[in-house]
Amino acid sequence: MVTISDLHDRLRRREISAAELVDEHLEVIGREEPRLHAFLRTTEELARGQAAEADRRFAAGDGAGPLTGIPAAIKDVLCVEDVETTAGSRILAGYRPPYDSTAVARLRAQGSAFLGMTNCDEFAMGSSTENSGYYPTGNPHDPSRVPGGSSGGSAAAVAAGRAPWAIGTDTGGSIRQPAALCGVVGMKPTYGRVSRYGLIAFASSLDQIGPFTRTVTDAALVLQAISGLDACDATSADRPVDMLSQLEAGVEGLRLGVPREYFEVEGMEPGVKSAVQTAVARLERAGAELIEVSLPHTDYGLAAYYIVAPAECSSNLARFDSVKYGARDDSADTLLETYLRTRRRGFGTEVRRRIMLGTYALSSGYYDAYYLKAQKVRTLIAQDFERAFQRCDAIVSATSPVVAFPIGAKVDDPLAMYLNDVLTLGANLAGLPGISLPCGTSEGLPVGLQVLAPQWGDATALRVARAYEVISGGGS
Amino acid sequence: MLARLGLEPGEEDFYADQLSGILAHIDRLRELDTEAIPPTAQVVPLENRMRADEPRPCLTQEQATRNAPEVRDGFFVVRAIQEAEP
Repeated sequence: MVTISDLHDRLRRREISAAELVDEHLEVIGREEPRLHAFLRTTEELARGQAAEADRRFAAGDGAGPLTGIPAAIKDVLCVEDVETTAGSRILAGYRPPYDSTAVARLRAQGSAFLGMTNCDEFAMGSSTENSGYYPTGNPHDPSRVPGGSSGGSAAAVAAGRAPWAIGTDTGGSIRQPAALCGVVGMKPTYGRVSRYGLIAFASSLDQIGPFTRTVTDAALVLQAISGLDACDATSADRPVDMLSQLEAGVEGLRLGVPREYFEVEGMEPGVKSAVQTAVARLERAGAELIEVSLPHTDYGLAAYYIVAPAECSSNLARFDSVKYGARDDSADTLLETYLRTRRRGFGTEVRRRIMLGTYALSSGYYDAYYLKAQKVRTLIAQDFERAFQRCDAIVSATSPVVAFPIGAKVDDPLAMYLNDVLTLGANLAGLPGISLPCGTSEGLPVGLQVLAPQWGDATALRVARAYEVISGGGS
Repeated sequence: MLARLGLEPGEEDFYADQLSGILAHIDRLRELDTEAIPPTAQVVPLENRMRADEPRPCLTQEQATRNAPEVRDGFFVVRAIQEAEP
């Protein structure tokens, strides 16, 4: 399937126009979307207008960048000016943001063409996209299985050829895990790398925006375009952004940490484990030095995460009061009853569950036992990584302990669903960059290799991932 | 009630069951001695960034209110916060 790099070359040589590219992708979406439901809505008119503008830029030879004229799909949690953006929630049905999120504004300035908004778990809370307030999304490798989540629509769209690339968000694994389950590349940058301005917030100390692509090089190109300081997000970092110059440097002489706990987590499927072990052995043969490292607090990560993330979400989602935006239940006479009825009708089961959990963990009398305790364990987890990275340049593991599971298999068991994130959420708690890329199959379904790097080591994660892609004959 | 979720009576048991299971898992945090460990609220070192307090372009009143369920004269309409007198 086509990559951003290929398409850019063909656009630059005028072998194809941006308008044709958009039409081709919209045609595929129109024809095949009923099979997967990767999108919540498409934005044909916007995409065609952006493509026409991109074609003018190529014709004039002025300022066309690597993403100019390339179609993209956008997770339904990033505000796009005047385009309905709902975070996969009924409570935001009809919401048309009056402004662009910074990541979207940067893509718009580069000349991207926005195909539409992709399906996701409501407010990005979930690991299967089944918590969407609208409908589930199928996995392109087997539509009766989940694409992962929460950015399942973005992952499925890229894997199924409906978009050359897509943007997603990752709070506990929501880019990397669906990338693994759909067999594409997905990257969560270092916390602070990409501005969160205009991202509908789930857990503000964990959320990061990142790309889904078909190759590691494409991921680097997108990350280069969306990263950097933004005055509108005080947590965005004023740091040099160079994702590309080390990309082809290979792994020879690099020390790769293999965390023994990450290969022994609860529920790890043997086929996933062996595919990842094979991938790690290939990296060693390519010249990497493997170093056994330990992340001793791995078993406590899920527990800490499921206090910190719900606590932040219960605070962030308090803003949905049906006064400033969002659906309102008009049947009540008083403000309080309006809140209760609106939120009862507007939020789905998982969102309500997390708001309850977070409100409980923050409430007087439980704050020390739960929230403060979880924040302290968060410190221990970050220290585990710091110690490990004193001995290695990057850490390699599986992205998800399991391959794509059948739709409906885990919806009634929230804890089993949460366990999908056990290998990814550590990077969010510690603010680290992580990338997932395909490394073979198990039971005929894709397996993801995860590469984690120290904070601000996004380029190192990309470099290791690119080296594996070369070894395995992928990429372009 | 604190979270303004408007639970129905039947739902309380459903969520109580599920949350008990999740909290039972979370209770493993108690195994760790964290007496001397500082809490982490934010993983990347940050300093406050100040800007000059000067007017800048911003959303218009129309843009800021156009997604509201009810607007009057450019203002958000909020329901009565008290019950009507009997």
